[in-house]
Amino acid sequence: MSKRSTEVLVGLFVLLGIAALVFLALRAANLSSFNGADTYTLTAKFDNIGGLKVRSPVRSAGVVVGRVTSITLDPKSYQGVAKLDIEKSVQFPTDSSARILTSGLLGDQYIGLEAGGDEKMFAPGDTIKSTQSAVVLESLISQFLFNKAADAGGPTAPAANPPPAPSGAKK
Amino acid sequence: MSSEHTLPNIRDLPATDKLIEFDHVNFGYDPTSTVLRDISASFQRGKVTAILGGSGCGKTTLLRLIGGVHPVRQGAVRINGEAIDTRNAEQLYKLRRRLGMLFQFGALFTDLSVFENVAFPLREHTDLDETMIRDIVLMKLNAVGLRGAAPLRISQISGGMARRVALARAIALDPELLLYDEPFTGLDPIAMGVTANLIRKLNDATGATSLVVSHDVQECFEICDYAYIMAAPGVVIAHGRPEELNASEDPQVRQFIRGEPDGPVKFHYPAPPLAQDLGLSGGR
Amino acid sequence: MEWIAALGRFALDILRSLGHHAAFFWELLRTLPVSLRRPYFAIAQVHALGNLSLLVILSSGLAVGFVLALQTYYALATYGAADSVGLVVNLSLVRELGPVVTALLFAGRAGTSLTAEIGLMKAGEQLSAMELMAVDPKSRVLAPRFVGGIVAMPLLALLFSAIGILGAYVVAVLLIGLDPGNFWSIMESGVDVRRDLGNGIIKSIVFGVICSFVAVYQGFEAKATPEGVARATTRTVVISSLTVLAMDFVLTALMFSTR
Repeated sequence: MSKRSTEVLVGLFVLLGIAALVFLALRAANLSSFNGADTYTLTAKFDNIGGLKVRSPVRSAGVVVGRVTSITLDPKSYQGVAKLDIEKSVQFPTDSSARILTSGLLGDQYIGLEAGGDEKMFAPGDTIKSTQSAVVLESLISQFLFNKAADAGGPTAPAANPPPAPSGAKK
Repeated sequence: MSSEHTLPNIRDLPATDKLIEFDHVNFGYDPTSTVLRDISASFQRGKVTAILGGSGCGKTTLLRLIGGVHPVRQGAVRINGEAIDTRNAEQLYKLRRRLGMLFQFGALFTDLSVFENVAFPLREHTDLDETMIRDIVLMKLNAVGLRGAAPLRISQISGGMARRVALARAIALDPELLLYDEPFTGLDPIAMGVTANLIRKLNDATGATSLVVSHDVQECFEICDYAYIMAAPGVVIAHGRPEELNASEDPQVRQFIRGEPDGPVKFHYPAPPLAQDLGLSGGR
Repeated sequence: MEWIAALGRFALDILRSLGHHAAFFWELLRTLPVSLRRPYFAIAQVHALGNLSLLVILSSGLAVGFVLALQTYYALATYGAADSVGLVVNLSLVRELGPVVTALLFAGRAGTSLTAEIGLMKAGEQLSAMELMAVDPKSRVLAPRFVGGIVAMPLLALLFSAIGILGAYVVAVLLIGLDPGNFWSIMESGVDVRRDLGNGIIKSIVFGVICSFVAVYQGFEAKATPEGVARATTRTVVISSLTVLAMDFVLTALMFSTR
């Protein structure tokens, strides 16, 4: 085995490995989404962030325009505070709203931004005022039951439990 | 070109200095055993000295200590008057650069060819370019008669040839000290003769010092200037020139040199009487 | 009382062994700068350990991809989520099976050959000969093999995962008939480069260090007899495999913890 041919073969091996890496990164993963693109930060407060996670996408009209970078609890207002990194190339009017939506029926949750009509755009660091919390399945169900009971007969409202306090942790 | 001077034969020079000296050396591989007991010996520069003895007497260990592989328990091994300190990497490096060892079965690098084996020390320790290395390797192989075998792989050569290649490798850097570990074991008479011849010729031609560890008394006495005879518990029982040892009256020495089956070293391994083992009470 | 003393001795033996391993590892690291001055030896080892393992790795990867696709299809089809086969296979491979199975195969194929080679060199006194020629066997023989293994492993793991996904494609799209567009797009949106692929690569590098080190250590410390070498190769496989699996648990817990 000559020195030269060994080196060539090893070079090929390394190339093959890099090709596998590129394949895995581009075709089989979400590398094509901006990594390291310029971003600015916005804040949004929710009564209930539901199953939102750090690194969940932020979409507008279904297109990914940013990521959730942190989720904390505001100790004064007891609201969930989410920080979002949005691509610099996309600006949103100051009356845009943020909702927590679910992709598909049982999928991961993401933040949907709906652009408003204002002329002024958000500056980096601004807070999104209009927000809608995640839908908590339990409240939905009890809401449904409550309505059903109300339909069935007004006073004979069965042990209609008032919708329980949003319990939060929906994994 | 005729030379007016003839260089004196090294054998005729007065035996002045000791290249290697063992000074009351005590050594064992682990704390429970002792392989060398209070060994004192000296090896003259420029001579071929044989270290003879049966198996297990510690002769190969002597070579290892000279190479600085293990530290001694007591005493000191001196090279050129300087004691070997196995923790001093620089000293060991310098020592080993001037030393060539021939291992019992060659210890050739099986993944390299004959040529590459001999070239190994040159490539590792010198900055010579490939053409020079090639010349030197072929010259060394020529000295042992194997220049034609240079391109062969190690798996393709016989045991005797392997040892000669190992010898060529050992002399690649023209060492001052050559250590031979059982160079005659397992060789046919011709190969033995060739090897013995090479050892002597190399020593004389280069002025090096050679130590030959062996249990082949005949071959060694033919080529050595001096010999040490060791015995099992790790002691030296005799030393002297071959003629002196041949004439020795010591029973242990005589048994070893003449190869007598029974003597101080008993033929029978200690055992109860034969009758007892066979379960005989009377006699049959 | 005897068994308490035996327990103590056992614990001390383990500590001594760990210390010996650590000292050896340190020695190996120290020789790296010198050894890498002549990179050809390491490159030759990448060839011996990497290129020559390709057949095993690629065929195993393909087979695993096939089987994984089939099994996850059966499981997902009951929930109407068959289109997610690609995603599940990808995540399984890239996060876990790629690094781990490659490491186990590597330990078996390359690790044993390393241990046997070094052990036989020791038995043939080649390492002693080198030492007496003032050449450090750790730098000349061990370090290049150690480096070669660490370079080869992540590459092999990536190839395993990649070919596994291709195998899954063959089964899911060509054989079962799922939609190719969905196959790739669902996969793409569900796999994160940094979290899944990146962590998988880190795992395979760690496993590479483990397998190469164990193989080299066992070879060097083997008893210089045929029996000793045989036992050393067995130890290489067993210790490498167990350590890889244990580290996998630790790394997975660290990397993929649900926050």
